[in-house]
Amino acid sequence: MKRRRENRTAREQPLILVVDDFQDNREMYAEYLRFQGFRVAEASDGQGALDQAFRLRPHLIVMDLSLPGMDGWEATRRLKQDDRTRHIPVVAVTGHALAGHSKGAREAGCDSFLSKPCLPDVLLKEVHRMLEGEKTPRSRSKGGR
Amino acid sequence: MARIASLVTSSQRRSGRPSAAASRLAFAEFLLACDDPAECAQRALEWLGEHADLRHGLCAAVDPEQGRLSGLAGRGLAPSEVSGFGLDLEDRDHPLVAALYAKQPILLPVGAEARKLLPPPLDQSTCLLLPLPLTPLAGKADLKAGLLALSGVFQSTSPELMWIADVLGRRLARLRSLLALAVTERRLAREKTLLYSVINAVPDPVLLTDTEGRMLLANQRAEMLFAAQERESEGRRRAIALNNMLLSAALSQQAMGGVQTRRELPLVNPEDGSDLLFELLSAVTRDAREGTGVVSILRNVTDLREATEEIEENYRKLRLAEQSARAERDRLDLIIDSVADPIVVTDPTGNIVMMNPPADRLFTVPKQAGVAAARAVRANDAHFTSFVSNVFLTDTGSRWLGECSLTDPVSLVASPVEAVAGKILSEHGEVIAVVTILHDRTEAIEKAELYEQLKRASEELEEKVGQATAELLRQNELLQRQHVELEQASALKSQFLANMSHEFRTPLNAILGYTNMLLQGVSGAMSQQQKRSLLRIDSNSQHLLSIINDILDISRIEAGKMPLHVDEFAARDLLAEVMAEVEPIIARAKLPVATELEPKLPKVLSDRQKVKQIVQNLLTNALKFTQNGGVRVRASYDPKTDQVAIAVADSGIGIARHDQAKIFDDFRQADNSPTREYGGAGLGLSICRRLATMLGGRIKLTSELGRGSTFTLCLPRRLRRK
Repeated sequence: MKRRRENRTAREQPLILVVDDFQDNREMYAEYLRFQGFRVAEASDGQGALDQAFRLRPHLIVMDLSLPGMDGWEATRRLKQDDRTRHIPVVAVTGHALAGHSKGAREAGCDSFLSKPCLPDVLLKEVHRMLEGEKTPRSRSKGGR
Repeated sequence: MARIASLVTSSQRRSGRPSAAASRLAFAEFLLACDDPAECAQRALEWLGEHADLRHGLCAAVDPEQGRLSGLAGRGLAPSEVSGFGLDLEDRDHPLVAALYAKQPILLPVGAEARKLLPPPLDQSTCLLLPLPLTPLAGKADLKAGLLALSGVFQSTSPELMWIADVLGRRLARLRSLLALAVTERRLAREKTLLYSVINAVPDPVLLTDTEGRMLLANQRAEMLFAAQERESEGRRRAIALNNMLLSAALSQQAMGGVQTRRELPLVNPEDGSDLLFELLSAVTRDAREGTGVVSILRNVTDLREATEEIEENYRKLRLAEQSARAERDRLDLIIDSVADPIVVTDPTGNIVMMNPPADRLFTVPKQAGVAAARAVRANDAHFTSFVSNVFLTDTGSRWLGECSLTDPVSLVASPVEAVAGKILSEHGEVIAVVTILHDRTEAIEKAELYEQLKRASEELEEKVGQATAELLRQNELLQRQHVELEQASALKSQFLANMSHEFRTPLNAILGYTNMLLQGVSGAMSQQQKRSLLRIDSNSQHLLSIINDILDISRIEAGKMPLHVDEFAARDLLAEVMAEVEPIIARAKLPVATELEPKLPKVLSDRQKVKQIVQNLLTNALKFTQNGGVRVRASYDPKTDQVAIAVADSGIGIARHDQAKIFDDFRQADNSPTREYGGAGLGLSICRRLATMLGGRIKLTSELGRGSTFTLCLPRRLRRK
């Protein structure tokens, strides 16, 4: 683990925006991603996610879909409609495991979809995968339970 | 000329005077050439004046038809004196009439009497009256042609006088006979013309032929048929030739046949070529001078024939009409007799003139009938008569409807009868008769009553049906409402479960996540004790998660939101996959698991993931509830039902018969007590059952308590998508 962080610090660390209204989960993913050497920003609702995204231009966004106010689907749709943020991969994470949710997420523009419970290391693997295959992120996205 | 010459010669010989002879000859020639008696007489008087010293003279001629002696010419007299002279020959006492009959010339003395008789110049001297000899007239041989009343200085026997009297007399007689002949000829010609106009006026062709058939005489109509004129058309000539042939043939047959016969003779009309039909009536005439001839009269019977035919046709039509009228009447009789209802025809005085047998039964006392029958008939008569008199008394309308009660004289059963009467009117609008039809209404009334009952019953039934229908509708409505409520409840339940699962997952996510992070050493190294505790947390959390996942599956299926992904796969591959995934559990259970596949197992078209989930569930269940023995997984195919079966048999605890149905319910195990031995939420089989149903199949169970259970998943080989 140490080795990986050292490698990362050698160059600019990718910035991940973690969006979740449930503080424990948000901070858990943030802590783990930081532990894994990423820079992490956080947002607890849709509007905050948009503000952070436009301001920080993160390398990737982890998006919970059930958010108060503007939900994750709407936030993703707006990000994907904006030239400034269109290119940023969005990994949706939701506790709603019904088929309709994953479909709605893809329609909103999410590049990848993970179901809660989602272990931190599972999320990490997906983040790596998305960042490495940024050029064709949609075609290799993977659903999970 | 020879006659004249001889006359002259004889005259010359008698006179003996050559000079006088020439004069006589000239006079004779004149007489021969002159046809007018008056002129001849005038010339004779003048000749006498020249040759016999005649001073005055009158020549009168006998007109035998008038019976008078009339003045013809005069000398020395006024023309009016000549023309005014006239005597009746019947007056034989008159000297001049008597002189006509005398044999010798009479010398009449001039006297008072003669003055009355003769014109003035003649009466002044002695008159020599000469009767002139004539050729005898028919029936009057002694009557002379006329006389000359002459006065002059000559002797009564003077040769000149005698000669003149002779030649003039002859000439006048001759002229008279010529005149008579001309009259006769004229009369004959007129008669002939009349005859012709008579036979032409006959509308029938009339003709006379000789024995050879040559036409001697024909009227215009006959000529039109039989005589060809010049410049006639070919058609007409042919028609005429044909007609002649036909006529000759008919006449020759006639000649052989008899004296007078009638026969029909068809001819052609030369005018237009149409056929004509004649009746030939011919008679043979025998005349001594003219020889034997045949008189034929043709009567045109063409029209007659047509008329005859027309009459025959009319007669035939009349016969037909009569026949059809008779047939009509017979038919009418038949109809009236065949009507079951009594029909009665009544005249204006109320007498029955006609009735059919059913009516007869009502109004005639049957033979050997009792008093009751007679009374019934009387009563019927009375009822009927009263009805009919009503009809006669009523002016309005030609139909009359009434009701009365009539009694059958035989059965003595009284029936309500409907009477319909119709008046029959003459051309002048008088009522000639009334026709009444009596209709027994007993049956109709019974029927009406029956119908009423039926209608009532039907109405009652209808009402009952209506009530039942209303009740059904109400129930149905209730059921529908309940159904809607149930559906809403079910949907709410599914929604609730989905929400709950989400709410469960969120904290679980944190629990599992942090446990995972701790175990990874994110917060530093763990002691063995801590690690064991963390693993317990992790495994319990995983178990909780699996329960939540099961609940989610059920709610998804019930909400109809479980997606189907159908593709083709081999059961062999699927079983291998399941075995691989269950491998850790098998290892923990320490039980032998045998898989058995039919050699010719076909590929299956279904949702691979769900089949796998079911089989995996059945297999883990089998391992869970088996202590000893083993588990056997067997895949087979039944071509008869086209179903694939995957059976999982264990040698475990088995399920009691009464529990076998329950174990597929939600949250159920066979042992549902709080102290039960085996873990699990009891949702696995319930999910399997639902999934199997989704795939068009089912799960069968055979089990015996303490001996083991066999769960068999039966699937259609090819899943038909709805």
